Formats: sequence, structure tokens, C-alpha cells
Amino acid sequence: MTKFNAWNVIKNGLNGQSYWTRQWRDPEPKSIYDVVIIGGGLHGLATAYYLAKNHNIKNVAVLEKGWIGGGNAGRNTTIVRSNYMMPGNHEFYEHSLKLWENLSHELNYNVMFSQRAHVSLFHSPGAKDSVSRIYNIMRLHGTDAELWDLKTLKKKIPHLNYHNSRFPILGAAVQKRAGNARHDAVAWGYARAADTLGVDILQNCEVTGFTRKNGNIESIQTSRGIIKGKKIGFAVAGNTSVLWQMAELGNLPIESHKLQAFVSEAVKPLLDQVVVYGVGGAHFYISQSDKGSMVFGGDLDWYKSYAQRGNLPMVQDVAEAAMAIFPSLGRIRLLRHWAGVMDMTMDGSFFICKTPISNLYLNAGWNYGGFKASPASGWYFADLIANESPHSYVQNHNLERFEKGINIDERGAGPDPKLHG
Amino acid sequence: MIRINCPYCGERDHSEFSYGGDATINYPSLDASEKEWTEAIFFRKNIKGFQFETWHHSNGCRMWLVVERSTVTHEIKSVKPCHPNLQKVVENNK
Repeated sequence: MTKFNAWNVIKNGLNGQSYWTRQWRDPEPKSIYDVVIIGGGLHGLATAYYLAKNHNIKNVAVLEKGWIGGGNAGRNTTIVRSNYMMPGNHEFYEHSLKLWENLSHELNYNVMFSQRAHVSLFHSPGAKDSVSRIYNIMRLHGTDAELWDLKTLKKKIPHLNYHNSRFPILGAAVQKRAGNARHDAVAWGYARAADTLGVDILQNCEVTGFTRKNGNIESIQTSRGIIKGKKIGFAVAGNTSVLWQMAELGNLPIESHKLQAFVSEAVKPLLDQVVVYGVGGAHFYISQSDKGSMVFGGDLDWYKSYAQRGNLPMVQDVAEAAMAIFPSLGRIRLLRHWAGVMDMTMDGSFFICKTPISNLYLNAGWNYGGFKASPASGWYFADLIANESPHSYVQNHNLERFEKGINIDERGAGPDPKLHG
Repeated sequence: MIRINCPYCGERDHSEFSYGGDATINYPSLDASEKEWTEAIFFRKNIKGFQFETWHHSNGCRMWLVVERSTVTHEIKSVKPCHPNLQKVVENNK
């Protein structure tokens, strides 16, 4: 693997770019690994990387049924933020944001992390009070958070619709360190960095079954043969229930739903921030990519689905929300839109925990927020697998929290997965 | 767009309906253990394939329906009223 630095860029510039080596190897599966991570998305790759980096466990395989970057790693709106208030969540996401801040250096890969500010509009005094409470809790825990009044907001983003009488914009709750990143680069960066430390990344390797012995999972049947792992981690959000039932573990507090996202044609610089319009039924978030495309999304499709394609009523809904706050987008054309399948959980929070099988560990339930969580998710999942006990930040992010009555419900929406937006 | 054939109103766009959820949940008795209640309220089969689910015709007749739908292809095999006695009424009126 050729390191990215000024010298190599110049050298290859003079040599017709012919001396770059491939980013990661394409190894044949070994018969046994210390840890096998199922799922080669951002969370699985980050887990493998931190297992090797933080815990010196390098005999690790990542199994991916498709190709790296082809699942939800390539199906998101790339927003990174840490505006959470529940104990456990705010420490976790704040740590994730701190990891993002150094990720390009850490991985020797430009993930184009841009701290352009996350601007959450509010449209009523009640919404202002509610969001102030959350952002005050963030400040008490050392996360940056501020409120912008209307005058500041108009100066920063002059072309919002300030004449919407149904949902008048009164101001915004802002996290300046939040922003977005390039999703492909994150996947490739983690894959390359993990591979350099000795991790085997096995693509086109779909898990088809498990063999149990003495209560443990002894081996994994895959499309590339039988692979054994002393420890096994699931990081397959979207399809967690499928694997869970393949391991004969029964039900999970998860439903799979699909969420759509949209990319427009490229336009000149229009929007410097991530803007969220989320009150009174609407749910809409938008930013502009470095290429100039507007990247935006809205609500779930409202019914359970494993299909990676969206429905048209939600396209209309998102377009209406866009017009409500950005009337200037009226003539813009969509390049493409897509849907990703997500684990929506019963309280809107994730799982990094042990399972009823002693050598199996679970990383799942990322709802709308998997992308930003990737670095910390890998960090704490690796920590759990290596040390066999959860870090205090994720000690309640387990499957037992529902029976104990300690749900981590940011929205207070109750046990209905589709409501945890 | 999914088209749902409402037994009362005929075939309509799914945007007229609200999604309910798993139609196969059996709530335990009131004095059942917390474990059983936790299982009923929080845990789901999350089937990949055909499942029975409830839909509410919220912008139509406002009746609750049980729909057998694939969560992969969105194909619908059957639509029935939630209440078993209403199914008989619908059939008698045909």
C-alpha cells in the first residue's frame, strides 16, 4: 500500500500515476481467525481497524456479502453531529465527533470532513424551549452548542424562506463543530488502514449459516467456504434480524425500515451549512456536497421493508418540505435518489452488547444515525470484543434495557420503531 | 406506490393508509411475567418475506385491515378486515 503524501503525489504525477499499489489486498479466507466481523460497512471496518490498532488483535476478518462501500456506507446523507442529550448517547456521539476531527490524519486518507455547522431551525416558542433544553444539556457536558436568533440566522443563511406563515422561522439551534464528510472515503480509508494492520477484508462473502457447538458458534458457512472465528461480531444493520434468526436467537427489538435520500444536479455554492427543518410533521435535512450537488433527505417510508428502493409519496413529501424552506430550489433537477435499509429500534438507540451466545457480539440498531456514529461504534465495539465487558458509555446499550425499563429514548416516542426519526 | 385493495372501498394508493405494524402479536394476560410483556411489546420477528401487518385506512373508511405483504417485493397476497366477524359481513354482502 502506497502512503498518500506530497512526495508520492509528485512522484506518481511524473510517472503517469502508474506506481500506486492497490488500496487493500484481496486475500483468500484463512480457516480460522481470532475475530470475524460480519458486515463490511463503516461500522464493521472501523471495528476491525480499532481491534488491530487499540487492542493489537490483528488476526481479524471482515466478511462483506457485496463490495466495500456498496451497502449503507453508500446510502446516507453523510451528516456528522453530536446533539444528543441522553446519558450514554451524548458521551458516545461526542467521542465519535472527536474521532471524526482527526480521522483524515488517523487513516492517512482524506475523508473530507467539513465542520460547516449543523443548523436546526425552530418554528415555535415551544420548539425553541425544547431544543434549548437539549442544547443546554450538551453544553453542560462540554459539547459546543449555541442558539442563533433570527438576525444572526438571516445573515448566515439569507435565502431561507423567512415568509412562511405556517411554520415561521424563529431561529436555530446550532452545533458549529458538526458537518459532513465524504462517505466513500470513510469506507475506503478504514478498509485500507485496517488492511495495512493485517485485517483480511473478504468481499463477495455472504454468510449462509452457522454451526453451533457447546453453546458457541463454532464456524460460519459462507459463499467462500467455512470460516471459523474464536469471536464473532455482527455489524450488519438493516439485516440484523436475518442473521439473528440464522443463529436461532429469536426476536430482536428491531424493525427494518427504509430511508430515502436525494442528490440534485450540481449548482454554484448555495449553502454553507447542514440545515434541518424538523418541526410539526415535516422532517427535512439538506447540505451541499463539494461537487455542488444538493444532498437531502426526509422521513422513513413509514412501512417496514427490506427493499433498497423508495416510494414516490415520500419523494413528493420531501420535495414539499424542500420548497417550504428553500423556494429557490424549485427548478433544480434530481440526479438520483436511493433508499437504505435501517435497523429502527424500539427506543431509537443502538445496541453494542453481548448476546445469549458467549462468543457472539452485537452491533446494531443505528436508526437514522449510523454514519456519524461509525468511528465511535468501531471503537467501542472493538473494546467490547477485546475486553469482554462494555465501556461505561455503552453499558446500557444492550438488549436487556427494555425489560429493565431503562430505555434510551431521545424523542420519547415509545415502542414504535418508525417514529424514532 | 403500493396499491391496497381495501375490502370496503376497493383498490387505493397506500398513501391513503397508515402503517400499523406486526399483526401477529398476541398480548399476554395482565398477570403475565414482565419477560412475556417485554417480548410482546418490544421484540419483533422482523420477517424478510411475507408477513401479516396492520394498516389503517386513515384517509378512507378508517377501518383497520390485516394485509399479507412481502417486505422484500412489496407484493400483497391478501387484505382482510382486522375484526374476524367483519370479514363474514363483507363476504355476505358480495
